[in-house]
Amino acid sequence: MTSTLEVPARTLNASELAAVRADFPLLARTLRGGRPLVYLDSGATSQKPEVVLDAEQDFYVQRNAAVHRGAHQLAEEATEAFEDARNRVASFVGVSPGSLVWTSNATAGINLVAYAMSNASLGRGGAAAQRFALSPGDEIVVTEAEHHANLVPWQELAARTGATLRWIGVDDDGRIRVDELDTVVTSRTKVLAFTHASNVTGAITPVARFVARAREEGALTVLDACQSVPHLPVDLTALGVDFAAFSGHKMLGPTGVGALYGRRELLEAMPPVTTGGSMVEVVTMEQTTYAPPPQRFEAGTQMVSQTIGMGAAASYLAELGMDAVAAHEHHLAGLLLDAVASVPGVRVIGPTDTRDRLATVSFVVDGVHAHDVGQVLDDSGVAVRVGHHCAQPLHRRFGVASTSRASAAVYTTDEEIEVFREALAGVRAFFGLEVS
Amino acid sequence: MSSSMEQLYQQVILDHAKFPHGRGLGLVGSHVGESHQVNPTCGDEVTLQVDLADGVVRDVRWEGQGCSISQASVSVLHDLVVGNDLATVDQIGGTFRALMSARGAGLDDDAAEDSLGDATAFTGVAKYPARIKCALLGWSALTDALIKTGARPTEDS
Repeated sequence: MTSTLEVPARTLNASELAAVRADFPLLARTLRGGRPLVYLDSGATSQKPEVVLDAEQDFYVQRNAAVHRGAHQLAEEATEAFEDARNRVASFVGVSPGSLVWTSNATAGINLVAYAMSNASLGRGGAAAQRFALSPGDEIVVTEAEHHANLVPWQELAARTGATLRWIGVDDDGRIRVDELDTVVTSRTKVLAFTHASNVTGAITPVARFVARAREEGALTVLDACQSVPHLPVDLTALGVDFAAFSGHKMLGPTGVGALYGRRELLEAMPPVTTGGSMVEVVTMEQTTYAPPPQRFEAGTQMVSQTIGMGAAASYLAELGMDAVAAHEHHLAGLLLDAVASVPGVRVIGPTDTRDRLATVSFVVDGVHAHDVGQVLDDSGVAVRVGHHCAQPLHRRFGVASTSRASAAVYTTDEEIEVFREALAGVRAFFGLEVS
Repeated sequence: MSSSMEQLYQQVILDHAKFPHGRGLGLVGSHVGESHQVNPTCGDEVTLQVDLADGVVRDVRWEGQGCSISQASVSVLHDLVVGNDLATVDQIGGTFRALMSARGAGLDDDAAEDSLGDATAFTGVAKYPARIKCALLGWSALTDALIKTGARPTEDS
């Protein structure tokens, strides 16, 4: 149904992986009872390498000053570090720095696009912004696989503008129904918002098909790239999406920072959302003209140290090589799927093969609630996510209220997945259920 | 398994989770209050009905889905409150909340703790902050359902 990702031969060898782990101080800590940590919750947030922590610290120790203002040397250095971080992150995802807006997280990035469209619908931004305007009769299309962050802002936008929200379903394997693109996306579609990779099923979306279909109808594309950017080589320019949002903290960077990519031509035509200092040209008591992007969308004092941390994270990953990262995680995906398949009474919610999927595996243990599963795994030092993972509709689609999710990252080892497997094998027995 | 796990999942909790008491809605009448509570972090839900007449809880029925801690807690709640007057129900609820705030150390007041019956098995839950909400879900529903009966003042607890 889709082209299979090329999995490069080069992966991380044992000594490279050991070196990577040594870069993450937290991975060496122990938990209650002296158990080693087995961190399989990177889909929620990743751990941070020392270079990221150092970059933030170095900014405060050496360069702290307000950016984009002030004529003193510190202000120059702070501004340079801030913009250097933008260059690093932009380059990491294959876009120009002028098309990358800092946001406080990915949710804020998606909301920024939705509220800019709202403002355009009210006539803000003039004629140039009318391409973003929605009115009754227009449609916004999302998918059933979306994280709430790429669903609720569109529900709200529909409610504010009178547009209709529609969605593309998910098949029994947890993959988005590409075959529904032709029927759900129509000439009425103004926005097609979809995830690059599901934070629940781990399934990777064939972005090219979505972009091609949206273009046929002149719809804007908005990509939730939170789960892809940390784990796969991502070139947003090559993907051809109009907007994409991702967060720093899932890609080895700090919390409190994310990025919104928008095609430059679109950002230039888009009205601002949050207004105030730093995003203006000329302000009089009557009116204001706005700075060009990306500053137009960066009102107020920015989270400078976090942007620098995110820049350091991008460089760290780039240095490892995203091909190698993806290959390592592809291998881990296979181990995770094998681990889950080896335990009776456990089923995967999502694809059960490694084709076009991340090392993010959600599962249900028959007869045991996810919260209880997580608690038993925690007793072995294994950290997984339990609950609906901010994707209630997707869980409803599979008839479950919650799942447990094991998600790996570049620093995850084969041995950790074995500890996970052993702990999982003990869950049903602990609750007095049959184990074979 | 570690000892804190054994304290968390005491047999009495596992038994209540497996064979819950008071499960199944169906109370009707002007004395009945109903409340639906959700734990948004994990999606656990409980719908609880309470029949309050002449200041006495005559019955509690509930339906829900969730982890063993949340389900067992509602089952135990059923046993503790049915047949008691409001003052006693409030006292037991307050004692249970105090137990949940005790970080696993239990209560100093032995008599109060004894009044909790099977609910003392939840002592170990208080060691796991993420699970306290699970144990309190049914009790929150009870508080709300009692108000909904219209037969008590809405001051809050």
